[in-house]
Amino acid sequence: MNTPSSASNLIEIRNLSVTFPSEAGIVRAVRDVSLDIRAGEVLGIVGESGSGKTVMSLSMIGLLAESASITGSISYNGVNLLELNDNEMSKYRGKDIAMVFQDPLSALNPVHTIGRQMAEALHVHGDYSSEAALRRAIELLEIVGIPRPAERAQSYPHEFSGGMRQRVMIALAIANQPKVILADEPTTALDVTVQAQILDVLKTARDMTGAAVVLVTHDLGVVAGLADRVAIMYGGKVVEIGNVNDVYSSPAMPYTIGLLRSIPRIDDAGSSRLASIDGAPPSPVALPPGCAFAPRCPAAAPECDASVPELVSITPSRMTACVRQTDIAGLQSSGKLFAEIPRHVALQSVTEGVALEVRGLRKTFPLLKGSVLRRRVGSVFAVDGVDLTLREGRSLALVGESGCGKTTTLLEILNMVAPEAGTITVLGRNVAELSRKQRLEMRKDLQIVFQDPFASLDPRLPIGDAIAEPLDNFGMPKVEQNQRVMELLELVGLQRDHASRYPSEFSGGQRQRIAIARSLALNPKVIALDEPVSALDVSVRAGVLNLLAELQEKLKLSYLFVSHDLAVVQHVADDIAVMYLGGIVESGPVDEVFAKPQHPYTQALLSAVPIPDPKVERVRKRIILQGDLPSPANPPAGCRFHTRCQVRATLPAEVAATCVSDRPELVLRNASLVACHAPLN
Amino acid sequence: MTVVQTEVGEQTSERLTRSALIRLRFFRNRLAVAGVVILAMMFLLAFVGPFFSKHRWDELDFLALLQPPSQEHWFGTSQIGGDVFALTIRGLQKSLIIGLLVAVFSTGLAAIAGGFAGYLGGKVDRSVMWLIDALLVLPSFLIIAVMSPLYRGRTWLVFVVLLAAFGWMVTARIVRSATMSLRERDFVRAAQYMGVPVRKIVFRHLLPNVASILIIDATLNVGATILSETGLSYLGFGVQPPDVSLGSLIAEGTASALTYPWLFMFAGSALILTVLAVSFIGDGLRDAFDPGSNKSKKKSKAS
Amino acid sequence: MVNYLLRRVVNFLIMVALASTLGYVLASLAFDPSANYQGANPPIPQSTINAKLDNLGVNPAKPLLRRYLNWAGDVLSGDFGLSVGEQRVNEELSRRIWVSLRLLVLGSIIGSLAGVALGVVSAVRQYGLTDRAASVLSFSLLSTPVFLLAILLKFGAIELNNRIGTTFFFTIGEYSADFSGNGWELLLNRLQHLILPTLSIALGGIAFYSRYQRNAMLDVLGSDFLRTARAKGLSRRQSLFRHGLRVAILPMATFFAYSFGLLVTGAPFTETIFGWNGMGSWFITAVQSNDINSVSAVIVFSSVLVLLSGLIADIAVAILDPRVRLR
Ligand SMILES: Nc1ncnc2c1ncn2[C@@H]1O[C@H](COP(=O)(O)OP(=O)(O)OP(=O)(O)O)[C@@H](O)[C@H]1O
Ligand code: SF4
Ligand code: SF4
Ligand SMILES: [Mg+2]
Repeated sequence: MNTPSSASNLIEIRNLSVTFPSEAGIVRAVRDVSLDIRAGEVLGIVGESGSGKTVMSLSMIGLLAESASITGSISYNGVNLLELNDNEMSKYRGKDIAMVFQDPLSALNPVHTIGRQMAEALHVHGDYSSEAALRRAIELLEIVGIPRPAERAQSYPHEFSGGMRQRVMIALAIANQPKVILADEPTTALDVTVQAQILDVLKTARDMTGAAVVLVTHDLGVVAGLADRVAIMYGGKVVEIGNVNDVYSSPAMPYTIGLLRSIPRIDDAGSSRLASIDGAPPSPVALPPGCAFAPRCPAAAPECDASVPELVSITPSRMTACVRQTDIAGLQSSGKLFAEIPRHVALQSVTEGVALEVRGLRKTFPLLKGSVLRRRVGSVFAVDGVDLTLREGRSLALVGESGCGKTTTLLEILNMVAPEAGTITVLGRNVAELSRKQRLEMRKDLQIVFQDPFASLDPRLPIGDAIAEPLDNFGMPKVEQNQRVMELLELVGLQRDHASRYPSEFSGGQRQRIAIARSLALNPKVIALDEPVSALDVSVRAGVLNLLAELQEKLKLSYLFVSHDLAVVQHVADDIAVMYLGGIVESGPVDEVFAKPQHPYTQALLSAVPIPDPKVERVRKRIILQGDLPSPANPPAGCRFHTRCQVRATLPAEVAATCVSDRPELVLRNASLVACHAPLN
Repeated sequence: MTVVQTEVGEQTSERLTRSALIRLRFFRNRLAVAGVVILAMMFLLAFVGPFFSKHRWDELDFLALLQPPSQEHWFGTSQIGGDVFALTIRGLQKSLIIGLLVAVFSTGLAAIAGGFAGYLGGKVDRSVMWLIDALLVLPSFLIIAVMSPLYRGRTWLVFVVLLAAFGWMVTARIVRSATMSLRERDFVRAAQYMGVPVRKIVFRHLLPNVASILIIDATLNVGATILSETGLSYLGFGVQPPDVSLGSLIAEGTASALTYPWLFMFAGSALILTVLAVSFIGDGLRDAFDPGSNKSKKKSKAS
Repeated sequence: MVNYLLRRVVNFLIMVALASTLGYVLASLAFDPSANYQGANPPIPQSTINAKLDNLGVNPAKPLLRRYLNWAGDVLSGDFGLSVGEQRVNEELSRRIWVSLRLLVLGSIIGSLAGVALGVVSAVRQYGLTDRAASVLSFSLLSTPVFLLAILLKFGAIELNNRIGTTFFFTIGEYSADFSGNGWELLLNRLQHLILPTLSIALGGIAFYSRYQRNAMLDVLGSDFLRTARAKGLSRRQSLFRHGLRVAILPMATFFAYSFGLLVTGAPFTETIFGWNGMGSWFITAVQSNDINSVSAVIVFSSVLVLLSGLIADIAVAILDPRVRLR
């Protein structure tokens, strides 16, 4: 059991198990979990996809699918919520227990106004007149930081950005002063700068209502900043629980140790490689007999498979589920658990050749109206004024928030046709001057790895054929193709006999390895990587990142690395270019830019990235930007960042005026190029 | 969608292959299985039946006019002494063959038109969509009826061609929108950046990935075709005498059906049963291929 | 909105023009209008036939383009020409158009309303008795061609009339020719004639709509915003009716447009079988008598009808769905 049941426990979960029937067998989503939620605390629940976080939170509010079968008990105020029928449970929902969901875009009804949906939440549980409900709804919108709330209450959800909708969801959750707010990945669908805003609102909401918050997430950084206690879930079980500081500073269960060691940190590039946990999280239909982590655990011993380890206290406030708990500390200090391997260091080839050069790139999409008589009514300036230089043997990271034009830039480069404006030079050749045949030849040198390995492999082609496709295309004989496929599979750490299997038989990490193998087939010199790890489970990311680093060293590759995850960039890139609304605002060597960001946007971006270390994260000063990314169909004049810039307000009036009138050029300051009118501080 | 795939995908051993899973789901669906059984029986009746029939469909027994079902004439006889059993299975044969042929041709046409329009976009797409819209304004029934004098007295294959030529539009639209979303998928982009030519991308990567849509629609098109064919034949615009189809049999039978129900009852039941069986199969296939559409959607939320 | 409507109307007119051109050209290519005068006894002299054909404007001796342009010009000035029987097509048209419209509009309204209601109930009680019964019913109805359905209805009604001993359902015509009541009695008489043909049109619609509405509703049942509504404290039923229904009804507007095409196809059968003198039965006799002008008139009518229902559907969506309001 948890800490002995006390009066301060709001919710006591005892022996909760949830299963679902499925075609592949019984899905054991939550297994025998006991957990307390104390009044007013913030409890972080961390786990990878499939570990049962969402199911657990949904079972607390009684919104599991009807096919679920649930055993155990969840008591709130002495009432076992699992015994209530739907109508009785409705009285608790929204009133005592409220919930914020992951995807704000689909969580609101598209055909009703925001105000009406807010007022409804009040009407359900309270005696409000229509005007009173609307007035209160507007008040709530104000609290969560919606500008001009009275006016905005008349808007429909599609007129709100993702961040704004998530604010509305939080306003809905606090409408009836609940005792518990369940927040299921409330910021996962959002950008870092918006995430910082929303976490801030969540804190306000908590302070206002005094409610306990259950923060479900896979992001250890978010938990570090907000939670009092943290529970780590794996394979449907809580495997470690304790105070945030203790768990982060001295993780005790091998999975927690590996997890914390496998995530890159933005404040510390580190001298060693990320720890990589072999394998992939278990499927909830085929869990190992004993400890679910055993197949991946470096400390696994025969006794681990005997029975499922119980959660036991190791200190009064700390519990773990590991049968070898007493040996773990020893193994760790002797380097047998996730040993440190020195990190790859970039070739210092600043003087050598340029693999890829982009100058003044522009790409606009027509904004069309009408279904039959299509007319162009405007343009979306997806990319406008991008300069990049990728040197041979190095990695250049292109970072920015979603919609800023990273992918468009990448696709423009890969199309290898003359751009709308600007030049693209690949390995010294201007792509605008290539003939069809030469362009096809060039494709050998420039390859791509996509973000989502589930989408980038044709589900109907065995992976051997997929890897061989580029070879086939360039006319390599079948026998040699097979030879090459085997070589490549081994190169990326897969087995030869995998060649005849279909993509669906592989895990995400393995598929990304297959995609990498395919991109290597033609011996390219440059590889474009579009968010290569962001679709992967946290614990398998490190493995792929390490593989990429190894391949770069071995094959002398140059990487153009697109990412929104700055911590990953910090770990793998040599140079960085920061993009905002279609243009580059700052670029330079990674160490330089991370240590001394000069553009106001870069500063805000870096400060918004949570650090998975509560001690650092809690004392950090954070720049919270105002508002959302403006629409690229109607970008602000002058400096595109001026509508949100935190520095402009501090500038003398005449400089502040140039921010609105003139678009700043990239100029060299220290070791970086910066596009900003403000003087260096 | 990735959620479901991850859950299943992590499993590297002992999992059901996709086709096995589809088969399993299909055969678990009782209506679909019933559809297969009924349709199989209809085919047997139509193509093996003639060997057991005591009479040929174009043979007239002048001694037995308008006889009710008997030992000699299982389904009775018509006004001019035709054997209704033989006529019915002849009609069934025609309707089934026409249904199958048209479904294959029109679905093939739809795959090619929809696939290229969806993948290439731009001008090609706009022209194909214009054509589709224009053809959909007039119900194909009206167009074919107007054109019926053109094939009067010619082979019924002309009729088949017309039915196919005016029956591909709806499926093409579905294929087009499926291809348009596939086109944005990374495996297609990857193929582009490896320099794979358009034709190969469409036939090797896109169409196989919409195979489920094509199979389902081809099945449903069999039913739809049988309905239009019999409708046109009922009015005399379809299969031309002396040949018969279920539609023309029903038309001949209805005149005096109140007194001589066997004249149209058997043809009518065969028609309803066949189309019903086909739509059960189509629906079962849809559920089997795409269980996410309704029932199992809930599961994907569980993570 | 006004702008949008204007553009739609322009598009509408282009489509009608296209469809009627197609209809006229196809009919002119396929029909042999002189066949009507062949084989008469005594034989009609060729010159007379030519004169008659010229009078109708369908003489194949003239180039097709000329004939088409003449016809199109007349149509634009509101004249559909002469039928094979040398009657004015306009008169026939104005007589028949209301007969068909009554049938189609009533049939589609009943079909869509009842179908939507049935679909909603089926979805809410998924796998319940109602749902299963509705599924079997719609499958059977969708597998029965209109002509067979109409015939079965007719025979069923005759059987029923025989059982109860009076003629409750009339199976032929729009009203009893020898009927001499007034006011309510006349209305009742008309209704008794109307029931069966309308039903034969509506039943298909019910089957069609209930299947789609059920699926749309089930999709909504799994949606995130319904989960939000329940997290606010609404019960399952409340959330369904306040949030689910409104969203699930949106796609039906599009299906409405599509199903109108099906209805237009059904009308010829229904009208022929129940002896109504509407556009559908006219079409059939016109095809049989190689009547190019009449067939073209019916084609113009049906293309206007199909496109109009599409336009109405688009407007309905624009009204119901705030996301498309600002186009
Ligand atoms: N085909 C298109 N038509 C119109 N606008 C487009 C199109 N493709 C992209 N855009 C717009 O261009 C902008 C940049 O898009 P892009 O996909 O490059 O962003 P991104 O930084 O890669 O975002 P994410 O991180 O979400 O992938 C966005 O505002 C997007 O809406
Ligand atoms: S119980 Fe065994 S396998 Fe599981 S974490 Fe502990 S040592 Fe590793
Ligand atoms: S140019 Fe002005 S508005 Fe833009 S980032 Fe610099 S200070 Fe801010
Ligand atoms: Mg992107």
